[in-house]
Amino acid sequence: MSRRLRKRYLALKIVSEQPVNERDIMNAVWKAVLQLFGEYGASKAGLSLIECNSQKNYVILRCSHTAVDVVRASVASITEMNGKPAVMHVLGVSGTLRALRRKVLLQG
Amino acid sequence: MCASQRFLLTFTYLSEAEKTQNASQPRDVNMRRFVDLHLRPWINDPDQVERMVRKSPELGYRLVSIPLPPNVTRDKVDQLQSICSDAKIDFVSRVDFVPKTPGELLQDLRRFRRRFEVVSVACTSKSVARQAAKDRRVDLLSFPANDIHKRFFDRAEAELASKALSGLEIEMAPLLSLSGYSRIRLLSRLRREVAIAKRFNVPVVISSGATNEYLMRGPHDCAALATLFDMPLPYALRALSENPLAIVERNREKLSPGYVAPGVRVVRRKTGV
Repeated sequence: MSRRLRKRYLALKIVSEQPVNERDIMNAVWKAVLQLFGEYGASKAGLSLIECNSQKNYVILRCSHTAVDVVRASVASITEMNGKPAVMHVLGVSGTLRALRRKVLLQG
Repeated sequence: MCASQRFLLTFTYLSEAEKTQNASQPRDVNMRRFVDLHLRPWINDPDQVERMVRKSPELGYRLVSIPLPPNVTRDKVDQLQSICSDAKIDFVSRVDFVPKTPGELLQDLRRFRRRFEVVSVACTSKSVARQAAKDRRVDLLSFPANDIHKRFFDRAEAELASKALSGLEIEMAPLLSLSGYSRIRLLSRLRREVAIAKRFNVPVVISSGATNEYLMRGPHDCAALATLFDMPLPYALRALSENPLAIVERNREKLSPGYVAPGVRVVRRKTGV
């Protein structure tokens, strides 16, 4: 019997000169993970996009709980999206979406 | 009761008080005071300075340092201090020396040490690196990120730095701006330097080295980036908070008017003499 996979949700704030869509964001994240940790590391990250809010410039990603630091380091290494300067800051990490939303809302 | 017993009792009492204080505080990483000791805006552009300083508390820093030229005017320092106080962040004055010879370094230290709270030396040659490491007036040793052959932080350097309480500065901006083979070489070199620093108890200080807002990262993101060169997360968080804070507090105490020697202060002066 296999154990249930534990997940972590990350809320990210996007700072960019131009508006970005969810495809640009995921391309940048995957590219960063592949550059830093390779295909093996990327395969263990279990990365997926949960929510993208282009108006408020934030996204929520899901990853494996063992890969939080991998995703965090990769996201921090992003310096551009679509060839334009961009940054992603981690607003919060949580085990459930509800707790994450509460945490991010509390931070303002 | 003899003097040694009294001393022992006082010491025990203090440690108990500390324990009580620690128990009442939550063991939360948010309680840390994060420090960015190397923000590098163009200081003649007040808008950029203001943007970057305002961004720092948003990212979670409580104290920032901007390198100033040695002959900086008092007005400029006051202007930076007022920008930082508006942004509700503590400002630390810092100078970066780039000496060509050990003699030039000694001359710079003699002239400017007491004007700045933090002194960093960019070591461009081995002789300068050795002199900087053994001089107690130097707080931080920094090495060029783009030329691996000029990173002279080896075991001998670490031993000298450990005795003189100098720290090793690691900047995050080159890790973000470099790519491919040059980043691989830098990561490999940093891994080696961190291992040496750990072995010889040299405090490591992680700073952003950011020249614009796009190179600024939050402390936890910097710590995550530091794991790329095998720095454990708690050690990286210490390099972003306790280690730089210890340097700043030590120097502020030294520069305060009543300071005489470590542990000795002028409490009161006799008047009317």
